[in-house]
Amino acid sequence: MLRRALRLGLGPGLLGRGLGAHREGSTLDWHGKVSEIKKKIQSVLPGGAWSPLCDTSHLPPEHSDVVIVGGGVLGLSVAYWLKRLEKRQGAIRVLVVERDHTYSQASTVLSVGGIRQQFSLPENIQLSLFSVEFLRNINEYLAVVDDPPLDLQFNPSGYLFLASEEGATIMENNVKVQRQEGAKVCLMSPEQLRKKFPWMNTEGVALASYGLENEGWFDPWCLLQGLRRKVQSMGVLFCHGEVTRFVSSSNHMETAIGEKVTLKRIHEVHVKVDHSQEYQPVECAIVVNAAGAWSGRIAELAGIGKGPSGTLQGTKLPVEPRKRYVYLWHCPQGPGLEAPLVADPSGAYFRREGLGNNYLGGCSPAEVSSVGSGCRGEDRDRVSLSSQASLAGPVLVLMSRSPLALTWGLLPPSTTYQADRLKRPARPGSDVCPGQRKPCPHLCPQEEEPDPGNLEVDHDFFQEKVWPHLAQRVPAFETLKVRRAWAGYYDYNTFDQNGVVGPHPLVVNMYFATGFSGHGLQQAPAVGRAVAEMMLEGHFQTINLSPFLFSRFYLGEKAQEHCII
Amino acid sequence: MAAPGASLRLVAPVWNRGTSGIRGLSRSVDPEGSQRKGRTLLQFLADHFYDVEAVREYLLQKQVLKVLRKNRFQDKEWMRPNGRGLSGELWKLREVPIEAVDASGCAITYQGLDNLLALKELQSLSLQCCPHVDDWCLSRLYQLANSLRELSLAGCPRISERGLACLHHLQNLRRLDISHLPAVSNPGLTQILVEEMLPNCEVLGADWAQGLKLGPEEQSRDTASSPIPA
Repeated sequence: MLRRALRLGLGPGLLGRGLGAHREGSTLDWHGKVSEIKKKIQSVLPGGAWSPLCDTSHLPPEHSDVVIVGGGVLGLSVAYWLKRLEKRQGAIRVLVVERDHTYSQASTVLSVGGIRQQFSLPENIQLSLFSVEFLRNINEYLAVVDDPPLDLQFNPSGYLFLASEEGATIMENNVKVQRQEGAKVCLMSPEQLRKKFPWMNTEGVALASYGLENEGWFDPWCLLQGLRRKVQSMGVLFCHGEVTRFVSSSNHMETAIGEKVTLKRIHEVHVKVDHSQEYQPVECAIVVNAAGAWSGRIAELAGIGKGPSGTLQGTKLPVEPRKRYVYLWHCPQGPGLEAPLVADPSGAYFRREGLGNNYLGGCSPAEVSSVGSGCRGEDRDRVSLSSQASLAGPVLVLMSRSPLALTWGLLPPSTTYQADRLKRPARPGSDVCPGQRKPCPHLCPQEEEPDPGNLEVDHDFFQEKVWPHLAQRVPAFETLKVRRAWAGYYDYNTFDQNGVVGPHPLVVNMYFATGFSGHGLQQAPAVGRAVAEMMLEGHFQTINLSPFLFSRFYLGEKAQEHCII
Repeated sequence: MAAPGASLRLVAPVWNRGTSGIRGLSRSVDPEGSQRKGRTLLQFLADHFYDVEAVREYLLQKQVLKVLRKNRFQDKEWMRPNGRGLSGELWKLREVPIEAVDASGCAITYQGLDNLLALKELQSLSLQCCPHVDDWCLSRLYQLANSLRELSLAGCPRISERGLACLHHLQNLRRLDISHLPAVSNPGLTQILVEEMLPNCEVLGADWAQGLKLGPEEQSRDTASSPIPA
């Protein structure tokens, strides 16, 4: 208490902001303090080093109610909705900290820009539905006086998911849920597919789901700039810097049943200026972690995950950067204007880009699944696991690191996993997701994941992993020429590939808006609103995102997407 | 839009070569009327003189304007069902399935289309010069795929080639007018791609060579070309 008072008293406030010296304030060293004061007085007097007028415009403000770490589409969306939902205009001071103003590595602008409602979780469908309504009326939401209207370049061409035999039942169930939530999706048989899209080879496809309305792709850069422009006009402060430290205080408390809990509260965010050692401690009330692929690092800075594993303190934020490649190619005889974004059961996807017979596409790397979720692997593995799924009741699933062992009967079930399964009732279909584009890696070693250290493109990946599947699905793609390629990060949630939203149970003033593993852009407007509601009201008002809270990592409750990208 | 019988049904219009897109409105042609008086003389003259065609058009247009006015009035009723009272005539005819709607120039929006999409027997729809019809609205038109034969989008300032791409659902479409769309980046190329997308449909719009610089030897070929009917 005294320490903090000393720190504040002798801090930048007294002697001007230009000094920026970091105060330790840890020991009550009167002699040292007195000599410091003497030195300062000497520098203030004429002839000294101190000058009263210092330019600190490059530094963020000293106080801010909310600090949003990360200026991508999610961070800006949270800022927008905070300012929109605040009770009185100008009530909340928001600071957005973004370390790269060119957004050269940000997932938002490197994204393919698709939006779909074809998810299996109702929450995801609702998020997407609201987001598409936001995009449709973007010029009402993000209108700024005297600025031109935004043109998102939306292509309402829809998504087409193809499913093989194994995935057909799950796809049917998903479409039922999607229709219930209000998405306009239809199922197509291979016959109908051939009639509608004659350029497609439907071999191996048992069923397809096609989004008729409100699905397609758009320009994410335009959305980002629109949001930026609007939040700046609403008074949100921007800062070009990097968060290097959180200063927090802890409270040791006891729960009603006598368990000891340590609650942390972040008081200051240290924002370091680019290309300099200078930093500014920003006092804040709430921190929003919207740092995308680097959210894990920010969470570590806040002390999340520092504790014995298996406890709530020891539960890390399971978001890590995953590199994904996108290739742009030209194919003169390729699919025409009617081509939707086609997602093959193998995981490869493509969409049309522009009018010049150019196409964009890619594929998620194959992952070796350890739990017998039948995600990616040999076809026969998937067949054997789908027969498992038809068994009634809780399904005993093999746990093994080897794909061969996934075949039923090769290895005895692991006892520890079995015991765990018996504790919690199985959600129907929750363990088998064959034919999924992004397999559910429960605890898998990512042997084939590219190194996320940089954004270099691996062109061999296209030759070996993407092109064969594309050429098999669309024979016209046998002749194509890759024009460009780039790589971007997924803020990949290794737990269940769905977003993390809401406050941390122990670090009480850190809110998450991250971990969307490839579908963050399309859900950003709705997620921003949900997080803003959580911050302002204390609970979700419009869309209930309780399945996406942080506590699920500790409780082990997966909010898993099935069979979907 | 309710109107007694065939007089307001928009029959396949006669497309004249000399006219530009806007003037080529879908109009109702009364086949018996044109056959009755002076058809032979006018027809003969029309075959040889472009001016006579213009005169014929003008006469037809006068006939049509009366129709269109009534059309639009009915449309307004659709858009504001609660605001105005329904006329007695409309009430009597509410069971009649509507075949054609002309919403040219109407401020119909994405939400307003709800009214039109409920007309499951609609065969002809004209959304010419509607200022608020954009790509999002076009993505809703798939609901009329079973019945829609004719669609006109000429002159809508917000429609681009991205919206036109989702017209592929309308497989029964026989006539599509996509001329004078300022937001389409490449009118000629778009026309070709839309024609490929809808093989059974006559697509009217930009000439495929629009925007291309022609060499002198290709000039004469261009004037003779015209949209190829299916």
